[in-house]
Amino acid sequence: MYRYDELDQRLVDERVAQYRDQTERYLAGKLSEEEFRSLRLRNGLYIQRFAPMLRIAVPYGLLSSRQLRMLGHIARTYDKGYGHVSTRQNIQFNWPKLEQVPDILADLASVQMHAIQTSGNCIRNITADHLAGAAADELLDPRPYCEITRQWATFHPEFNWLPRKFKIAFSSSTKDRAATAVHDIGVHIVRNEAGELGYSIFVGGGLGRMPMLAHKIRAFLPELDLFSYLEAILRVYNRLGRRDNIHRARIKVLVKSLGPARFTELVEAEWAELKDSYLKLLPEDLERIKTRFDQHAYKPEGEADDGSLERQLAADSRFAAWAKRNLRAHRQPGYGVVFVSLKASGTAPGDVTDSQFEALADLADQYAFGELRTTHDQNMVLADVAKKDVYALWRKLDALGLATPNIGLLTDMICCPGLDFCSLANAGSIGVAQDIYDLFENLDYQHDIGELKIKMSGCMNGCGHHTVGHIGILGVDKHGEEWYQVTLGGSAENDAALGDRTGPSISRAGIAEAVKKIIDVYLEQREGEEETFLSAYRRVGMAPFKARLYSGAEADAEVEA
Amino acid sequence: MSAPLPALIRDGKLAANDWHSVADDAALPAAGKAIVSLKRWRAEKDALAASGLTLGVRIPNTDEVTPALAQELSGLPLVAVEIPKFADGRAYSQARVLRERYGYAGEIRAQGDVLHDQLFHMSRCGINAFELRADQDPQDCLKAFGDYDLAYQHGADRMGTVWERRRAQR
Repeated sequence: MYRYDELDQRLVDERVAQYRDQTERYLAGKLSEEEFRSLRLRNGLYIQRFAPMLRIAVPYGLLSSRQLRMLGHIARTYDKGYGHVSTRQNIQFNWPKLEQVPDILADLASVQMHAIQTSGNCIRNITADHLAGAAADELLDPRPYCEITRQWATFHPEFNWLPRKFKIAFSSSTKDRAATAVHDIGVHIVRNEAGELGYSIFVGGGLGRMPMLAHKIRAFLPELDLFSYLEAILRVYNRLGRRDNIHRARIKVLVKSLGPARFTELVEAEWAELKDSYLKLLPEDLERIKTRFDQHAYKPEGEADDGSLERQLAADSRFAAWAKRNLRAHRQPGYGVVFVSLKASGTAPGDVTDSQFEALADLADQYAFGELRTTHDQNMVLADVAKKDVYALWRKLDALGLATPNIGLLTDMICCPGLDFCSLANAGSIGVAQDIYDLFENLDYQHDIGELKIKMSGCMNGCGHHTVGHIGILGVDKHGEEWYQVTLGGSAENDAALGDRTGPSISRAGIAEAVKKIIDVYLEQREGEEETFLSAYRRVGMAPFKARLYSGAEADAEVEA
Repeated sequence: MSAPLPALIRDGKLAANDWHSVADDAALPAAGKAIVSLKRWRAEKDALAASGLTLGVRIPNTDEVTPALAQELSGLPLVAVEIPKFADGRAYSQARVLRERYGYAGEIRAQGDVLHDQLFHMSRCGINAFELRADQDPQDCLKAFGDYDLAYQHGADRMGTVWERRRAQR
């Protein structure tokens, strides 16, 4: 956990006071609706379909047990008893009252949390690999770099009124688990041939209605030059990004219209002016940030792993089925990574109740050095669990309904709030997720299907990342009815790709069955159990899927004019 | 000249607004201080120089502050930047480059949709004078400069960054 120093804390406290004043001026009629809208959005407050929605920042997905207890308190006191993990590792509350938000922020500030820049056309929460610090394929822990970037971005005076929102993600591992290819800036922490630490910089990825993969604009940026280079990119974007059309305003459109080569030239020219300025970091700046992250006192392997885990796996088949999906390797010998599934049947993907927040805080304290992470696929992770404790932890998670053994499987769906909550949505997504869940709930069946990422958004904005789902589902409105476009073959990992559309959209009544048909085709076509859905799709292509989905007998699909 | 001049904050204080912003198709005032567009200033340089007016120049927010433009503006007592809508952040970059990179020392004045809640960040970018939109409460707006007393980023206000304070703590 990064622990604020007094300066970090003072800024967050001053923000609470500023936002309280803004809210009071709005309620007193001194701020127009439109002006307050921009201000409240910069604080994560949306006015939604039924009530405001407050998005709280979880920088790089890391939460302490103290913070979890506060989230439980907020869910109970100001909301209807639950919160929601978003696809950018943040926490959202769906029912706060506008006039109570300053009090919620004050509560959050007391545990070093805030809602700064969680919406609006500014630099948003910095995200990272949810296995940071625990993954074996990692060069180094990216989170101190995320934290300095968070600080650089917080209240940046020049970049608070950008053409559009701006998202930055970090990865430092061989396997990209942070979806950096679909961010405005993706930063890969790397070493160059001389062994020096630095970054590869990718720009211009994004989802939404014009999905694009990011371009690498610099292969190696020295470690201490991070701020000046980010500033150069943002300045070029602030100056040249389109402001006349909200759908053409993201940096991806600028990179595309200038061409990556010309865009890079502009950034490099700007950087040449900035790189030797006060923006250059000192090694001690980074060191100081690193020392403010808690270091875990891991037990020696023999103590952390007393051999009981192997016995319990052999003795308890339910436990073994869970461990197969939800327990992953840790780079520290004797430890494991435990996934907390927020994808139980009957609950909206990513939802956590007040008492679950509090119970998770206790479990984090007891078994995982008081820390928990949120993941961009809307689950949680207890990253540092001694193997001897895994069985006891599983029993407690199971009792809490947080041990559905489905991580990475079909029912581990990403899903936006959709028409049930969101004022932008064209169609429901939570209900569709449940229909699909019902068809595939049999766990053996899911295991047989294997790794599969279904991602679903209720509108083109793509909060559910549908374009990079192995199976993507996008809700659209057709003459007041909910219809769904389906894409196949997307991925947000190292083999990043945008999915291909199957054809005409499919009705609400037919969408779950359509997923079933896609799975049937995969199971028939695959060359053995080792071939994943994504590999099989890439080998056989769209044709067999299309044939099954749109065969004559299936008149469910709408024919578009 | 009939419309009242917008209320002005300069260097953190309410100030008398003695500059007239002149549209491109309007006649120049007989005397005093006038802000003209960059286009007009370039087109009518000689006539303006002969007018006896004190001149400031308003730059379009679509222009990049290049070395040539900075040179052109360098001797002027006032450069005005445009905020056509409060959510349009281009002038922030212009002001910052003009101040920081080219050391422009005159007044940088924000005109247009200039509102209470944008003043603090504008001032950190080097804008030191603000023509407030008519509906703003000038007294109330003065409070905006005190919203924060520290920052992670360098600013024209020389507030002292978090990084500098941390380095000094050693």
